[in-house]
Amino acid sequence: MNFQDILFYIFSAILIASALGVITVRNPVNSALLLVLAFVTCAGLWLLLEAEFLAIALVLVYVGAVMVLFLFVVMMLDINLDRLREGFWKWFPFGATIALIIVAEISMVLMGKYFGLEEMPIPRPHDADYSNTRELGRLIYTEYVYAFELAAVLLLVAMVAAIALTLRHREDKRSPNPSKQVKVRKEDRLRIVTMPAEKKE
Amino acid sequence: MENIQQQFVEIFGTEWGSMLFSLATNMTFIFAIVVPLLLGVAYLTFAERKIIAYMQIRVGPNRVTFFGIPWLRGWGQPIADAVKAIMKEIVIPTGANKFLFILAPVLTIMPALAAWAVIPFSPELILADINAGLLYILAMTSMGIYGIIIAGWASNSKYAFLGAMRSAAQVVSYELAMGFALVCVLMMSQSLNLGDIVNGQQGDSFLNWYLIPLFPMFLVYLISGVAETNRAPFDVAEGESEIVAGFHVDYSGMAFTVFFLAEYSNMILVATLTSIMFLGGWLPPVDVAPFTLIPGIIWLLLKIAFILFFFLWFRATFPRYRYDQIMRLGWKIFIPITLVWIVLLGSIMQLPESIRNTFPLNIWF
Repeated sequence: MNFQDILFYIFSAILIASALGVITVRNPVNSALLLVLAFVTCAGLWLLLEAEFLAIALVLVYVGAVMVLFLFVVMMLDINLDRLREGFWKWFPFGATIALIIVAEISMVLMGKYFGLEEMPIPRPHDADYSNTRELGRLIYTEYVYAFELAAVLLLVAMVAAIALTLRHREDKRSPNPSKQVKVRKEDRLRIVTMPAEKKE
Repeated sequence: MENIQQQFVEIFGTEWGSMLFSLATNMTFIFAIVVPLLLGVAYLTFAERKIIAYMQIRVGPNRVTFFGIPWLRGWGQPIADAVKAIMKEIVIPTGANKFLFILAPVLTIMPALAAWAVIPFSPELILADINAGLLYILAMTSMGIYGIIIAGWASNSKYAFLGAMRSAAQVVSYELAMGFALVCVLMMSQSLNLGDIVNGQQGDSFLNWYLIPLFPMFLVYLISGVAETNRAPFDVAEGESEIVAGFHVDYSGMAFTVFFLAEYSNMILVATLTSIMFLGGWLPPVDVAPFTLIPGIIWLLLKIAFILFFFLWFRATFPRYRYDQIMRLGWKIFIPITLVWIVLLGSIMQLPESIRNTFPLNIWF
């Protein structure tokens, strides 16, 4: 067992423990924080797979932005745990089906030799000057450019829809307009009056 | 160096020996970065108090000295402050979530220190020369916000929670503008490696630095950097006059000091990144004899000090922004500016060579 194997087992142990924690911990804030831990350890595993761009992008996007907003919302919620637990048996068949599908998928990977997975050659380790980012960028903007642009448009539509759904125009609201405020000139507001000095009685 | 490696191999065997050797060298490098950094943080607080004092026609700290030497008066102040902070009791509020309350300062200082791993101090002096250095920096700085949010929530106090919410929204907004400004830099340098970014600015003089062609991005980056570190005039997360001390209102002693250390080391980090991205890193301003003789790291430190002076100057000069104005500046001004500049830069890059060469001042490429 060499150093990389030890790292792999450490990362996997933390990943599994934190992923279990996400669904078992009672406090939703703790659960969200454990999800952050799961993302970070997952990024560590991806680094071991020489996918440094994906690993750093995972930390940057999910840990740095998505989970921050998630925590932001979870911290402000007042969650009633009893009401959350009410629907357990109602949703149990649905959850069990999904769990079965996931187990089947994992077993297909783990028992790969029965499904002919080993016919694929083992990926070769790359040189130190191999740039994962450059390769990904080249592929995204040449071969898969339409798929990439389509995904981007989809995200844009989702964003516009989310804003349109929550935007309300209130007539009675009064808010300052900073761009108007900074355009104010002294001459419009201020009148300088010269007053002759008065004599003391 | 190789002798030591040989000894490691002899003691621990071939595979483990080289592994442990690189671990040992990396630990040495890490200490060589962190210890001067923390000293720099300590003396940055001193510089801040002195500079702001002089700007406001006061004297600033002028008592604590080493061994009674009169001309060092005031220079012992950061050390005295540190000793005081270590001695103080860390009070944990009754309603606080104890584990997260202690974890929060740790989560704040960790990314502030970890980001320094990829900073090149001179062409050879760098801990981890990775290809995706710029991305790594962005990822690390985006994690700093967790400490603030968790501190605000775990304190179980309304003031702290308000500070944390303000800080979270502000940092997430300004990160976008900051990231887009850096996208312009990497379009110019065509590399994510920080060393390559500095080498891309190599030339006869400071006219080759990215400061000139990307001047609006420099301003956007610097101002977003001030907002990211929650410094005045963007310090609504602390906002003494409104929410006492914001997210760290319930922290005392060393736990509070760790937040303080993280804020100042983030300031130094933003100043360093600004010097590397826009001010040519370790390159001298003019590539002629007296300037080139000075080692690169001195130039880098001078540039960092110059940018840090701006941070202190801002704090002494500007009143605090109102919260909605901060949001407006980030979303409605900085992000459109950066988007326009990215499109402009991309179209200039796509121009044929012959047209690009007819530009009056060929500062672009």
